[in-house]
Amino acid sequence: MFIGVDVGGTNTDAVLMDGVKLLAKAKLSTTPDVTEGIVAALTEVLAQRPSDGTVDGVMVGTTHFTNALLERRQLTPTAVVRLCLPATTLLPPLVDWPGPLRDAIGGFTYMVPGGHEFDGREISSFDASKVADAAKEMLRQGVRAVAISGVFSPVNPAHEIEAAAVISRVAPGLKITLSHENGRIGLLERENAAVLNACLGDVAARTIQGIQDAIRSLGLESPLYMSQNDGTLMDAGFAARFPVLTLSSGPTNSMRGAAFLSGVRDGIVVDVGGTSTDVGALVKGFPREAAVAVSIAGVRTNFRMPDVLSIPLGGGSVIQDNPLRIGPDSVGYRLTEEALVFGGGTLTGTDVAVAGGLAQVGDSALVQELAHSFVEQATLEIQHRIETAIDQVKVSATDVPVVLVGGGRILADNSLSGASHVLRPEHGDVANAIGAAIAQVGGQVERVYSLESTSRQEALAEARAEAINKAVAAGAKRDTVEVVEIDEVPLTYLPSNATLVRVKAVGDLAQSR
Amino acid sequence: MWEANEDNLEAIAMGAGILGTGGGGNPYIGQLRARQAIKEHGPVTVLDPEELPEDAQVICVGGIGAPTVGVEKVRDLQSLYALRAIEEFTGKKATALISNEIGGSNSVEPLIPAAMTGLPVVDADGMGRAFPEFQMKTFFVYGVPCCPMAIADEKGNTVVISETISPAWAERLARAITVQMGCVACYAVAPMTAEQVRRTAVLNTLSLARNLGDAVITARARGEDPIEAILGTCPGKILFNGKIADVDRRTTAGFARGSLSIQGLANYDGEQLAIEFQNENLIARRDGQVVCTVPDLICVVDSETGEPVTTELLRYGLRVTVLGLPAPDLWTTPEGLAVAGPRVFGYDTDFSPIQL
Repeated sequence: MFIGVDVGGTNTDAVLMDGVKLLAKAKLSTTPDVTEGIVAALTEVLAQRPSDGTVDGVMVGTTHFTNALLERRQLTPTAVVRLCLPATTLLPPLVDWPGPLRDAIGGFTYMVPGGHEFDGREISSFDASKVADAAKEMLRQGVRAVAISGVFSPVNPAHEIEAAAVISRVAPGLKITLSHENGRIGLLERENAAVLNACLGDVAARTIQGIQDAIRSLGLESPLYMSQNDGTLMDAGFAARFPVLTLSSGPTNSMRGAAFLSGVRDGIVVDVGGTSTDVGALVKGFPREAAVAVSIAGVRTNFRMPDVLSIPLGGGSVIQDNPLRIGPDSVGYRLTEEALVFGGGTLTGTDVAVAGGLAQVGDSALVQELAHSFVEQATLEIQHRIETAIDQVKVSATDVPVVLVGGGRILADNSLSGASHVLRPEHGDVANAIGAAIAQVGGQVERVYSLESTSRQEALAEARAEAINKAVAAGAKRDTVEVVEIDEVPLTYLPSNATLVRVKAVGDLAQSR
Repeated sequence: MWEANEDNLEAIAMGAGILGTGGGGNPYIGQLRARQAIKEHGPVTVLDPEELPEDAQVICVGGIGAPTVGVEKVRDLQSLYALRAIEEFTGKKATALISNEIGGSNSVEPLIPAAMTGLPVVDADGMGRAFPEFQMKTFFVYGVPCCPMAIADEKGNTVVISETISPAWAERLARAITVQMGCVACYAVAPMTAEQVRRTAVLNTLSLARNLGDAVITARARGEDPIEAILGTCPGKILFNGKIADVDRRTTAGFARGSLSIQGLANYDGEQLAIEFQNENLIARRDGQVVCTVPDLICVVDSETGEPVTTELLRYGLRVTVLGLPAPDLWTTPEGLAVAGPRVFGYDTDFSPIQL
């Protein structure tokens, strides 16, 4: 059995799953100290555990680290070392960061010799003494984490690795993040992701330890896994090293959960919440990734992120008449006090759904006085917005299955244009926690190969083997690992037939299911 | 005379994105570099070509290399180094700088050495749009020599090409040198006179870019139609409006080639527009009929925001409006068309200017 938990801004959801069967679910309010809410949700689902049931793992998806960045709380003082000189000096590390966030982590940056050209030649030789000087200075400044980036380190990571060795010798206490271990070509964005990862070190270590303690306090021996933004899991130790990978895992989990509940592998998922609706595309059961830079807390990154379109429409969206206005403001978690059907004074999306006969929530008598024509107009507009979002997210012009999940899915009708059919799976209200519970583990490689010195077959074989090893390192059972994505991008203008190869492998967790 | 500064840089970059006709690459890094140079060294004076003194020495600087490498080995001060190298080689000091093209990051490249040296930038460029190759500049079409030119990397290496038999040869040699420099370099071409600039450059394009960007940003803030704002700023017309139904991409001979198909919406319901691109948008056909070709500008912008959509960002479902803007007159002469007309890019069709 597995337990899936989703810690959102408003709710903490938990599910207990035996294989593909849902045994119990719970929906509670998120608490300021997230572990309290997790304990409460776990307690509720564990109460319904069969007496002979063993929990093989607890999978947690959370927006907690995203919120730490947004609120600039508990961030580790972090330095950045870039191996680049004499290149790239006009745009030093942290150049385009929001000032308050840069200040919150200290803003210590160092540029030193090193880095590589696109074809693997050195820009300049690695200089250990310059890195050692920087490390000593960091110690004086009270820095506790360091992100190391190198020009073209995805092609040749040698200098990043050498710099890490020097820093751990000179300043053994510093937590180190190397940019090439995650992230893609694109120096500034990859470096930014490494810095975000480094500065989340303390809060990640503390939160993950807290969740682990909570699990133990309930008498569970099961290992803890954290959800990644690409829909796969990592074990707790790996997550503590790479907390940046958890950012934006919420929409991914709900899409994976929707795929699981509905059986749809390729289609569109519409997750209607209280304030917003997330629309994303499923490709072979996984969320499609964004191709362009994604900004997190105002910082540009090129992280693996689900390509989700968020529109301000949900069950709590405030609706005004004459002229019709839907959202973007929402009553949010106060829905059960403020919506008309709950005796409140604010007209919301939920009220329109009840008045239009789409849902039975609260007291329908309280919305009887709404004009029929107005309800119809608002319902059509809501429908239209969802249909437009679906159409923007679709990968081809043909009609595809649409899966509706989330607490606010009552807002949508079953006759959505662009949909071959509309599914509303049972337990769709906790799709995100289910998505966490059923996640697989994966590994991804992205590297530029020169197809003059290496044959295409050799390059692909090398990348595949490395992706599979990465998946196993992340906790996957080797014989279940399969390569799910191979992407080759020939690089424009480059000679020597340079090609960017991206390979992703996923497999089941190395545990009994 | 006006000033390029931190406040109007975003507008300049956005306008240059529109005039880039799908090419010129992602302008983010170019804009960030120019912003950084201006922040450190102060704003740049932009001179109207009429304001150039007769004895002006105007040097064209630009970036050369692979955009895919430029996002990793981010350009540094190469254009300043190239500028110094060509000054030394020719023994002539620059009194002003000029952009080689007004699309993408190259449009703002001269702002970096200009901010650092205090030199002004001329409100003009060598394309009035974006093109993929060095020789496709109005300067060279109308007799300005493309050599000597200097190429510089970030390490301190500079190469001067003193003489070539044609601008196309300069492109070929410069490209090979750039590869050895790590695929990211900048060049500077021997000075032009004020008379040469006024006669062979596409004039007032930096202010056009700024005005276009301003118009879009202002329209957005007021909730007005950014497309109307664009067409209220420069001559042009809507060629089509719809959503992208298909994008077909392939990389051949070092260029991003491909085609996109747009399915009509509203006034264009039931119709289809196809665009072929080679870094830049080259030819548009509406239901099979050619409606616009190079050197006229085929600009794809987001219908709602007016944001330019470069070819690497094209994808299914985007709501786009396709604008046709008339090419600068310098391109529509027989000499201009011989360098950048549809036949140069392999299309068996004659140039027929869009009718406004």
